[in-house]
Amino acid sequence: MAQLTFREAIARGIAQEMRRDESVVFLGEDIGKAGGVFKGTVGLLDEFGPVRVRDTPISEQAILGAAMGAAMTGLRPIAEIMFADFFAVCWDIVVNEIAKSRYMTNGQMTFPLVIRSGNGGGLRFGAQHSQSVENWAMMIPGLKVVVPSNATDVIGLMAAAIRDPDPVIFLEAKALYATKMDVPDGEIVDTLGTAKVLRNGTDATIVSLGYMVPRALEAANELATVGIDCTVVDVRSLVPLDTQTILREVSATGRLFTVEENPRLCGWGGELSSIVSEEIFYDLDGPIVRITTPHIPLPAADALEDMAIPSVERIVTTITKSMNS
Amino acid sequence: MTTTTITAGPTDFETKLGMYRSQVALRQFEKRAYDLFLENLVKGTSHLSLGQEAIAAGFATAMKPTDWTYATYRGHAHTLARGVPMTPVLAELLGRSNGLMAGKGGSMHLTSVEHGVMGSYAIIGAHLPIACGAAWSAQYRGTDQVAVCFFGDGSTNIGAFHEALNFAAIWKLPVVFVCENNLWMEYTRTTEVTAVKHPAADRASAYGLESIIVDGNDADAVYDVAVTAIARARAGEGPSMIEAETYRHGGHSRADPGKYRPDSEVAEWLAKDPIPRYRARLLEAGATEEQLAAIEAEVAAEVEQATEEAKAGGIPGEDLLMKDVWADGGSSWRN
Repeated sequence: MAQLTFREAIARGIAQEMRRDESVVFLGEDIGKAGGVFKGTVGLLDEFGPVRVRDTPISEQAILGAAMGAAMTGLRPIAEIMFADFFAVCWDIVVNEIAKSRYMTNGQMTFPLVIRSGNGGGLRFGAQHSQSVENWAMMIPGLKVVVPSNATDVIGLMAAAIRDPDPVIFLEAKALYATKMDVPDGEIVDTLGTAKVLRNGTDATIVSLGYMVPRALEAANELATVGIDCTVVDVRSLVPLDTQTILREVSATGRLFTVEENPRLCGWGGELSSIVSEEIFYDLDGPIVRITTPHIPLPAADALEDMAIPSVERIVTTITKSMNS
Repeated sequence: MTTTTITAGPTDFETKLGMYRSQVALRQFEKRAYDLFLENLVKGTSHLSLGQEAIAAGFATAMKPTDWTYATYRGHAHTLARGVPMTPVLAELLGRSNGLMAGKGGSMHLTSVEHGVMGSYAIIGAHLPIACGAAWSAQYRGTDQVAVCFFGDGSTNIGAFHEALNFAAIWKLPVVFVCENNLWMEYTRTTEVTAVKHPAADRASAYGLESIIVDGNDADAVYDVAVTAIARARAGEGPSMIEAETYRHGGHSRADPGKYRPDSEVAEWLAKDPIPRYRARLLEAGATEEQLAAIEAEVAAEVEQATEEAKAGGIPGEDLLMKDVWADGGSSWRN
């Protein structure tokens, strides 16, 4: 057991898999010599050398195209897109090429690749370096989407993503990079498509993802002091989605609150609400409530950004109000 | 700038005959595809390589079976030239279950991994970076495979083209970029929307590459530049870019008659049709009329048989619909 930050867990997860499998290669901007702009890949170049850990030019289409071409010919590339906002300049490769080609070729090709990216707000970077894009990725058939919320999950889910035979979008909450936890020693391998119940309650179920998970937990602790006992579920994987765990936990309390960092429209909680409404409607004791970033570009000023992203206070207030109405 | 005028081509006569056969096959196949489109049996769209056959035939002849082809939506010719049989290609165009991808891809996405045809890509420029990735994989694994990536003149103005060229150059990747410059983007003359005269060759120097222009209607000349560029890639000397000047006999797609092109220009290029040219050259080099006529008749029979087999193919069943989104063969996104 060792204390590890979220950012250190990224390098550890990648290193664990690169040691195990020669076909795992890693490319991206400033990932090698610089160790990543968020220092999430420190040490990988030293250990694995420049043939396996390759710095690239600022060419997101080339980075992801290269990852795709390498994956279809036998490698297991990991590609970094520095900020998730930059998916917009290479979205064609992700959506039209990587996601569709297995289906279009009637299964002739597979794409065992991981695209990891710094996602979301909290660092006062402004609208073009702060957007939470998990809902973009979730809506594309052919992509798996993983969003860890803590260092241990980063390692285990990274390993699972690298070993998975399909393309995985691995979104790292930038606001969590500095968070620390005790991480078990030795190899850690998790399973995609498994949500985790982090807190058991009886009154309401809060379903959260990524950066919002620690806030949901903190809110649940506060709500407990006013007599509202909440279950907290960490979704972890949007595709595949562990609906069984979520439906079970919502059925048990009769209430669903989602806490989402993505902007309101077509956020992942909308899909979840639809599933819950269709499948366990009669288990609900009250309306489903989505707590999200408003449908706005994210502002830069700390005061404004804090108003936009769901805060512990907003989660507590919203749930209290809804539970007491 | 190197404007290649060598027309030696393959040294052995059998290979030359094979290259002729390939061009005739591509021509006859495309003509049949056009007829079937007019009969509404080929649905959606189709982009023909009529007039551009020498490029596909010349390159495919110079490639090893283990090399990779990356093609565009105008990819029937490049797929067939690598040895994919006509029936599954035609059946794919017809949306039949005996199609190359059982009808799931269509005319613009022909792929046959077992023949090294690593896909036909319908978003302009997207496959140049993808070809780089395959080349990177060959370099990393130490195989001698080369990726050959074909694209049109219109692709030279999109960002992915420039990203890929730089990327291939800095990593010295075994990839050959082949611009099939047929002078027309879609319905617009390429020079009207391009800052330089030669859309690929004039950009090559920006990436430290030699400017190479070849007569794309001369299969021997194409073969020669292909051999050189592929050998260079195989030897670890990095990428090449070749601009092959050619002309599509028909319109951009579907039933487009291409009326935006001046009659005199069309006539000029029809006079440079690669197939009669190559035929005349073979006769001069000692082939007999009977020999070539036999090849043409064989191809015609092959096209007839493929047409019958494609038309007789089944309608794809519902079992295919939800299949193969994921590597496990399924499409499930939840438990």
